[in-house]
Amino acid sequence: MLFRLLRNHLRPYGKQLAIVVVLQLAGTIASLYLPSINGDIIDGGVATGNTTYVVEMGAIMLAIAAFQIACSIAAVRFGARIAMGYGRDVRDAIFHHVGRLSAREVGKFGAPSLITRTTNDVQQVQMLVLMGMTMLLMAPIMCIGGVVMALREDLALSRLLLVCIPLLAGCIGLIIARMIPKFRAMQPKIDTVNRVLREQITGMRVVRAFVREPSEGDRFEEANVELTDIALRIGKLQALMWPTVLLIFNASTIAVWWFGAHRVEAGSMATGAVTAFIGYLMQILVGVMMTTFMSIMIPRAAVCAERIVEVLDTEPAIAPPAKPVAPAELTGTVELRGVEYRYPGATAPVLADISFTAKPGEITAIIGSTGAGKTTMLELIPRLADPTAGQVLVDGVDVRDREPEELWARIGIVPQRGYLFSGTIASNLRFGNPDATDEQLWHALELAQGKDFVAEMPQGLESPIAQGGTNVSGGQRQRLAIARALLREPAVFLLDDAFSALDLATEARLRQAIAPRLAKSAVIVVAQRVASIRHAHQILVLDAGKLVGKGTHAQLVQTCPTYAEIVTSQTEEQEAAA
Amino acid sequence: MSEKRTGGPAIRGQFAGGMAPPQKAKHFKSSARRLLGLLGPQKQLIALVLAFAASSVSLSVAGPDLLGKVTNIVFKGFMGSHPPTANANTAKLASAMHVEAGHGIDFDALAHLLVIIMALYAAASLLMWLQGYILNFVVQRTVRKLRSDVDAKLMRVPLSYFDRQQHGEVLSRVTNDIDNVAMALQQTLSQILVALLTALGVLVMLVVISPLLAVIALVTVPLSVVVTAKIGRRAQKGFVAQWKHVGALNGQIEEAFTGHALVKVFGRRTQVEARFRAKNDELYDAGFRAQFVSSLIMPAIGFLGNLNYVAIAVVGGLRVASGAMLLGSVQAFIQYSRQFSQNLSQLAQVANILQSGVASAERVFELLDEPDQSLDRGAEMPPESPRGEVRFDDVSFRYKPDVPLIEHLSLVASPGQTIAIVGPTGAGKTTLVNLLMRFYDLEGGAIRLDGADIAAMPRRALRAKLGMVLQDTWLFGGTIRDNLRYGNPDATDDELLAAAKATYVDRFVRALPGGYDTMIDEESSNLSAGEKQLITIARAFLADPAILILDEATSSVDTRTEVLVQRAMATLRERRTSFVIAHRLSTIRDADLILVMEHGKLVEQGTHDQLLVAGGAYHHLYHAQFAAPVT
Repeated sequence: MLFRLLRNHLRPYGKQLAIVVVLQLAGTIASLYLPSINGDIIDGGVATGNTTYVVEMGAIMLAIAAFQIACSIAAVRFGARIAMGYGRDVRDAIFHHVGRLSAREVGKFGAPSLITRTTNDVQQVQMLVLMGMTMLLMAPIMCIGGVVMALREDLALSRLLLVCIPLLAGCIGLIIARMIPKFRAMQPKIDTVNRVLREQITGMRVVRAFVREPSEGDRFEEANVELTDIALRIGKLQALMWPTVLLIFNASTIAVWWFGAHRVEAGSMATGAVTAFIGYLMQILVGVMMTTFMSIMIPRAAVCAERIVEVLDTEPAIAPPAKPVAPAELTGTVELRGVEYRYPGATAPVLADISFTAKPGEITAIIGSTGAGKTTMLELIPRLADPTAGQVLVDGVDVRDREPEELWARIGIVPQRGYLFSGTIASNLRFGNPDATDEQLWHALELAQGKDFVAEMPQGLESPIAQGGTNVSGGQRQRLAIARALLREPAVFLLDDAFSALDLATEARLRQAIAPRLAKSAVIVVAQRVASIRHAHQILVLDAGKLVGKGTHAQLVQTCPTYAEIVTSQTEEQEAAA
Repeated sequence: MSEKRTGGPAIRGQFAGGMAPPQKAKHFKSSARRLLGLLGPQKQLIALVLAFAASSVSLSVAGPDLLGKVTNIVFKGFMGSHPPTANANTAKLASAMHVEAGHGIDFDALAHLLVIIMALYAAASLLMWLQGYILNFVVQRTVRKLRSDVDAKLMRVPLSYFDRQQHGEVLSRVTNDIDNVAMALQQTLSQILVALLTALGVLVMLVVISPLLAVIALVTVPLSVVVTAKIGRRAQKGFVAQWKHVGALNGQIEEAFTGHALVKVFGRRTQVEARFRAKNDELYDAGFRAQFVSSLIMPAIGFLGNLNYVAIAVVGGLRVASGAMLLGSVQAFIQYSRQFSQNLSQLAQVANILQSGVASAERVFELLDEPDQSLDRGAEMPPESPRGEVRFDDVSFRYKPDVPLIEHLSLVASPGQTIAIVGPTGAGKTTLVNLLMRFYDLEGGAIRLDGADIAAMPRRALRAKLGMVLQDTWLFGGTIRDNLRYGNPDATDDELLAAAKATYVDRFVRALPGGYDTMIDEESSNLSAGEKQLITIARAFLADPAILILDEATSSVDTRTEVLVQRAMATLRERRTSFVIAHRLSTIRDADLILVMEHGKLVEQGTHDQLLVAGGAYHHLYHAQFAAPVT
């Protein structure tokens, strides 16, 4: 997965990638050359007392160092471009892909999860690419180059590498291998501490009302101790890491001197060559260390890559038709024919055998207890989901055969919680119709009973709206969402429990005000309160996904027990008021 | 990776540079001192850490010097057995090294020296390990204590603290900030010490070996520190910019994904994608700049190191050739100067971590310094089984000093009565019951339970007599059984079952696969809002309080469950004095007393019929709510 994700999205950067490799190679070779020159200075200059040689070689060393830094700066520049570009491209790919997915698939992942995948997960993989450009690419070059150079210095002494490298890799690897599962075990402990705390903070009133402060303290302490426990165990391993690495480095140096001295005595090596050899050994060991450390990143990035690819591989269940059918006449009629909706793999359908027609100029109301499938039914009309059986027709054409953009242009929708976007009131209203004038906005607000509170805000239409619309009350949010949908001048108007946060009087005024505007539209309303819908032209009663009643209020009270039950539960109030 | 479904702001983009979020402490010195003070109880262990670190450093500082001696032994032997062609220069060199022609390397001396060095390094590593081991222990213990202190503090602060603070913000102080403090303590304590000691020890060695070369090193090394710090500062700025762009982009993504269906049906996909692309490009630019600048540090340090290296090699080489210095000393010097610059750069980097750690500590301290709720004034215990007479005598209260809320309010609730409180949002209905619970302290007047001032009772003793059902259906992460027992941990299974049956909880719990042992998690997708509300009612029922407070909001409950909730609440009210904050007037028609509140004042009180006849505020409210709807 990780490999595929890397390959697919790094392809456009092939040329730059090659440049980075060349630059890193050149830079690393240059830096590998330095210990050798240093050895030369000792053996050819210092040992023979040749001062001109020392100065000459010094100048060469400096030139090489300058070349090396030029290479690494250039490599870093290209590397950062590639890594950041890669991250940008993957983010873009996910964002674009999610835009194509249907509400079902988005629901399956959950918006928070999709957000994490687009942001944090991409960041993790991007980090790996960035590190790869610098460290991961350099480490093997350094190791191989170091080994080659060490072999050149002295073949016999190089046998030491066979001991040092596995020793270092083995020791670090062992520590890391024991650390990784502990890190994994730590995350749930952190989550528990956070969860307990969040519960205590949000439920502080209840905690205090029931006098549970001491036991809540205990509950937190339990989670705290568990977290501390595992953190301690990880800390112990971490404390071991650096001393071990240093010990191996130092022991290797000592071993080189001991065996090197024998080579020197035998005349096979010069003193400077021993120094150079140590330089190479250090570079190799640093390379090994880097590779080992980097290997921690790979499994983590792989998990992230998997989660990213999972999104990218999800095929949208709802695709635009190959040959769109244009309706013969824009009648504005909505019709459901024997519709069934079933979640993949579910035994019981959410909706079963639903048929009805919503005519323009009429109000069709849907009522039923939570989980009865009301919202799902509304979602079928703008094709946010497709029925598993039966047909949904708008303007007499199956919605699956229509150009989606053109279908959506006919529909105005007010979702359950009246979601708003960050920006201003005006920008939110124009979400429905980008070309609307201020007068049109005010008019829509007036109909939606929102004119007064917007006018009272110091900045009026330009008043800021926070993400999700959290800075206005639930009732205001619903009214803004209704105004937004009205501005589309929709042929089909869908209201999903859009009055729940309004008091009855406001709701009544609102319904009265928007009625003329929607005189030619097919209005479909999901509601909880009988009072909201008793005057609808047609009421559909849903129970556990089945249509158990269809008719007017007067008819249903007589014929539909489910409806009668709902009415009874609510009319105590009505009678009391009467 | 665990995924938290908290929705909005919980998503903390990870910093691409691995640096902590940039922040500055307001009072760095005092906060840093206080942070160190936290370690106070573990003075002995800290002393041990310091001692081990110091010994480890001094041992390892000796290393390069001794290795220089090794070079000398080898070089001397090499010169002895392989004499170079004699000239004036080599003669000087040879005499400085006491080279004896014909004598090879002295392997006994070499072995002796190498064993000593090995022992030294081994000891240094051991000490370093011990130091880290103990430090880890000290830090974890301190952090654990800090977490407990903060949690305990949360239990003590007045409830008004939670009104003022965003919950996410409080949570972040306890989790992210404490983590940050832990990291800072763990990394900076030993690193600052080790780096500082090493730099110091190395500096001494540099001067001892060669004052002339030390001058060279002292020019190039600080240069590399300055460069590191300069680049670091620019990189930091770059990261701040990147951080901002990450935030902006995350906001856009969040919005687009949360409003996914809306974007589609309103035909705004193209525009939303264009906006996203623009932000994504901005992040790309900012990210590139930050990464590039910060990536310059390593090559820059490397280059300056090489510069230093060449300068020392050349000058040192000349000195060796002239016999003024031994080869081994030059080697040692090069190593020392490298260590010197490494440690100074490390100090520069650690300073950043320390900054952010102290800033986090400061935020934790701010929370710890919040004033506690007022101490319990008296120890007068409430009656064992109160009759349940509640009297408000001339009660005044305000949340903000300059905004009066409740003014001179008096009322009497006789034992067993149901008192309904009605009025528009913000009228002070919830405040009234909060005062009875003593969540807040009165500004004036007194509240009496069976004639005794509740201000004279310990809060917990008082609250044990009161029961509460809130509109916010808070349940904790545990089984349904544990949640039901929340107000009465000692309830028997029979009592629990009886309570569950009386409040219609038993029916749906039985239908759950896990029954009463079903875990309720944060999302509690297995329970509907109405079912959760029923559990909170059962919880209060089992606690069996003398006085009951019901905040009966049922807006998120579907109509059929709502009937059950209403019935359950009615069962709960039997034989107890109850205060009901009513949102639907129909539910309180039978109340013994209805209080109508407006702007913190009691504007009317009486029974339903009395108030309707009176034709005042209640009458008005009632008809507004039930105005016959027209279509």
